[in-house]
Formats: sequence, structure tokens, C-alpha cells
Amino acid sequence: MEQNMKVRGYKDEYYPPIPTKGTRFWRTNFIYQIYKFFRLNYKIMRIVVKGHS
Amino acid sequence: MKVVVLGAGVSGHTAAAFLKKKLGNKHEVVVVSPSKYYQWVPSNIWVGIGKMKVEQVRFDLHGVYNRWGIVFKQARVKAIYPEGDAGTNKGFIEIEYTCEENKGSREKVSYDFLVNATGPKLNFEATPGLGPGKNTLSVCTYDHAAHTWEELEKCIIRLKEGKRQRFLIGTGHSTATCQGAAFEYALNLAFLLKHKKLDHLAEITWITNEYELGDFGMAGAFIKRGGYYTSTKIFAESILSEYNIKWIKRAGVNKVEPGLVFYETLDGAYNTIEFDFAMLLPAFSGHGLKAYNKTGEDITAKVFAPNGFMYVDGDYVQKPFEEWNIKDWPQHYQSPAYNNIYAAGIAFAPPHPISKPMKSSNGTAIYPSPPRTGMPSGVIGKVVAENITDTIRKGVSVPRHTASMGRMGAACIISVGYGMTRGLGATMTVSPIVPDWEKYPDWGRDIHATVGEVGLAGHWIKLFLHYMFIHKAKGYPFWWLIPE
Repeated sequence: MEQNMKVRGYKDEYYPPIPTKGTRFWRTNFIYQIYKFFRLNYKIMRIVVKGHS
Repeated sequence: MKVVVLGAGVSGHTAAAFLKKKLGNKHEVVVVSPSKYYQWVPSNIWVGIGKMKVEQVRFDLHGVYNRWGIVFKQARVKAIYPEGDAGTNKGFIEIEYTCEENKGSREKVSYDFLVNATGPKLNFEATPGLGPGKNTLSVCTYDHAAHTWEELEKCIIRLKEGKRQRFLIGTGHSTATCQGAAFEYALNLAFLLKHKKLDHLAEITWITNEYELGDFGMAGAFIKRGGYYTSTKIFAESILSEYNIKWIKRAGVNKVEPGLVFYETLDGAYNTIEFDFAMLLPAFSGHGLKAYNKTGEDITAKVFAPNGFMYVDGDYVQKPFEEWNIKDWPQHYQSPAYNNIYAAGIAFAPPHPISKPMKSSNGTAIYPSPPRTGMPSGVIGKVVAENITDTIRKGVSVPRHTASMGRMGAACIISVGYGMTRGLGATMTVSPIVPDWEKYPDWGRDIHATVGEVGLAGHWIKLFLHYMFIHKAKGYPFWWLIPE
């Protein structure tokens, strides 16, 4: 990544935040993602129910 | 009573399903669609990347419509006669069959209620040289997506031979929409090439008409992330950057030649970019339906907007961006000209864009059109069915059920890769779709309902939705319990 970032210097893709190792770990942690699965489904369902009457 | 539904996509199929369920066998429901297949469009991305077969995203409608008792006519609608003609006072449509046995023959189909859910015309012609059969690819339909995968396989072979390949993904017209689908394709492509260890030879570029990345045709959004209220611009740029995808923004593609895309940017500059593989989405328009009154006079301009989409109960008075309001957006999707005609899904004319209209110094409009796909289309289809049912069964004259895009939310799940343990998904939810700056003066939307997250869970949801919506569309047990 460091080498990549040097090549990217002063280009658009140089500036956005890049996930750390920890962030990438939690993205694929099975237990945490099961929790996220239910939480996101709950959020989506709330939107669906609120959306039409 | 007889209800005719034009189109068997997400909105039309949903409307027909609920109409038949609620009206039963006492009333007739007719569906007119030029294709005999239903397709679950969001999964076309996986067909275009070789992770699903065409048969997994489509099915023949005859089986489900026979079971439900819906009359299916595989035909294309040519014109609407809302007042009838010299021979009848009843509204009717003129259709032309597309099935092999009756191909080209025409028929007049009368109706008491008409639901126009014809979806968009993929307007490749708006950009010279754009589209399958010309110089670029698409994932808008299952056959486009299958062809895209065939072409991608050829690129993969060239990469394996050590040849560098330039991939260009994004919007193929200055006012195209559906950025989310193209964005998803770009990320899946990057994931696939990385998985095959070919990414060092590939250069992927995202080209978009958005003012900033993450606009997605809905003026972007703000999400709570890492202790900040962050724009989706940061969210989108971060994902592209992570997958080593470059981007060109504020760009309106105006011409494509073999291996070369011409585009104009908002600053008025004209540029080109070379490609070996380009998947660019076209602009959408209406299907160019004509409407005639009882005397045969052309009343198309009264029923349809100039872009071919149907006028409904929105506020179409032109006003500046600063004066836009969620009240401009339709609630019942009923034609103001004929109260027994409704338009559902992409077929209705939006009162104005959601993203701020921008013009280049040369006068070219470069901004995304409003997205109306997926969840809103399904919800609108259901609400239209409920309002028609109320009128038929209870004599209700004013529609009660509403589904304004200024009230309803949407979830956009962008898969990255494929597999229960390896795939990722970027989940975005917004509520409402059209920002309501009066109700939510800080962020335009309910910040607690707006989410932007990347993880395995998003991918599971995308897979889950695929099987759930195919189950629902096929009318399998308890299909009506599955929300739109």
C-alpha cells in the first residue's frame, strides 16, 4: 500500500480514507457480521414500513 | 372490471400480483409485456461478472400467471386510446404481439383501469456509438449482462497472456442514472481481477456524470461514520481508492468510437479516453407511446412528458433548485388527465431531478437523472394496485394509499465479490429518497435511518434479497408477506 500511495501522490485517489487492518478484519469477522446482518435488516425493514401508507 | 398492466418488471409484476390477489376471480387482470421473462435486474451484475447464469435471474412468466389466473399477452403496446374511439366509449390500448406464434399481429385490448409500468427505454441512441452491438457493453438486461461476461472472459485471457487491459465503467450519457449499478460492476470487476491475481495488469477507470462521487442521482447523502457526519462522496471515493480504481467525474459521454470514448466535463473541456473494455449505462427515456382521444387527435403531449414518461399527480411547474420541495413529488401516481390511468415505477415522469442540474460552459446538461429503480418501483406498484382495488371494491374515488419518494426510503446494496465468506457488500440506506430540507434541515434526511457500511453482512443481504425476491415474484407460498 505504501508504494501504491507514493505512486498515487497528488492524484484524486491519494486523498480518501483507506480502511485499516482492523477495519478490514471486522468487515469479515463472522460473528460481528451476523450481528450486522440483523441490524441492517432491521434498519431496512423500518424504512420499508415507514415508506408507504 | 378489467385492469390492464403494461410491463412485467419489478413494478408491473408487483402491481399485477397484488391486483389479482385482492380482486380475485370476479375481476380480470391482464399483463402486456414484450418479453415472456421476468428478470431480477439487480442480479444482472453477477451475470456480467460470470458468477450467475442467466437462468438464475429470470423465469418464464406463463407459469406463474397461469397459476394466478392472470391473462398474459406477450406484446408491445403501441398506443393508448383513453376515451375509446368512434366505435366505443371504453378506453383501450393497441398492442402488437412479439411472441413467435402471433408475431406482428395487432389487437385492441379494452380496460377499465390501466397501469403503465413499461419501465425505461434504454436510450443507447442518445450517445452515438454506445451500446451492445456497437462499441460498449451493458448490464441493463440479462442478455446484455451475459454478453458482457463473454467479452470480459476475452479480456481475462489477454491479461493472462500478460497484455495490459484498460477498463472503463460508468455512465454513457451526460444525464444517465443508475450509477449504483455501474459502481457495483466496477467493484465486482476489481474484486474478480484481484482474486485472479491479474489486477497489476488492469487499469480500471470509473467515469460518471455526478458532480461528486456518491451523488448516485439523489444528491448524495450524509452518514454517521467514525465520529463524523460524512458525505457519501467520502464513502464512494474511499471504496474506489481501496480497490485501486481511478475516476473521472462531472463528465458527460457524448460519443463512442471503437476503443475511444469522447466526453465533455462541466468546465467545458472536451476529452477522450481509450479503453479495451467499456461497460457504460445509457440514458433512460419513455418508450414513445402515443395517446389519442376519441376523435383520433394526438393527445400524447397531454398524457406524456417530452421525455416519454407519463405525467402523474406531481407538480410539474418548472422552478429553480432552491425552490424544490418534496411536495412536488407524486403520491398516488394517477394521471391528471384520466383518473383510471396510473403510472408505476420508472414509467412515471419525475417532476424534476433530485441532484442539482448543472450545465457546462458549452451549455451541455451534465448531471444524473433521478433513480427510480428497485425498492421504490416495487412500493409504487403495490400502492397503485391498492388504490385501484379500493376504487373497484369500495367505490373510493380519491386514492388513499400513498408512496411519495419524498417520504419513502431506499436501500442500495452494492455487492463486491461473491461468496458467503469472501464477498463484501456496501450497504447504503437513505430515508427519504428525495431530501426533505424542511423536516430535516441539517442533513436533508433522517440521519438515524441513513447507513453506509461495508462488510460481509451486506453481501449476505444482497444474496438473501436475490432468493427472496425471486421467491416472491414466482408467487411461492407466503409471497405477499415479503416486503417490496
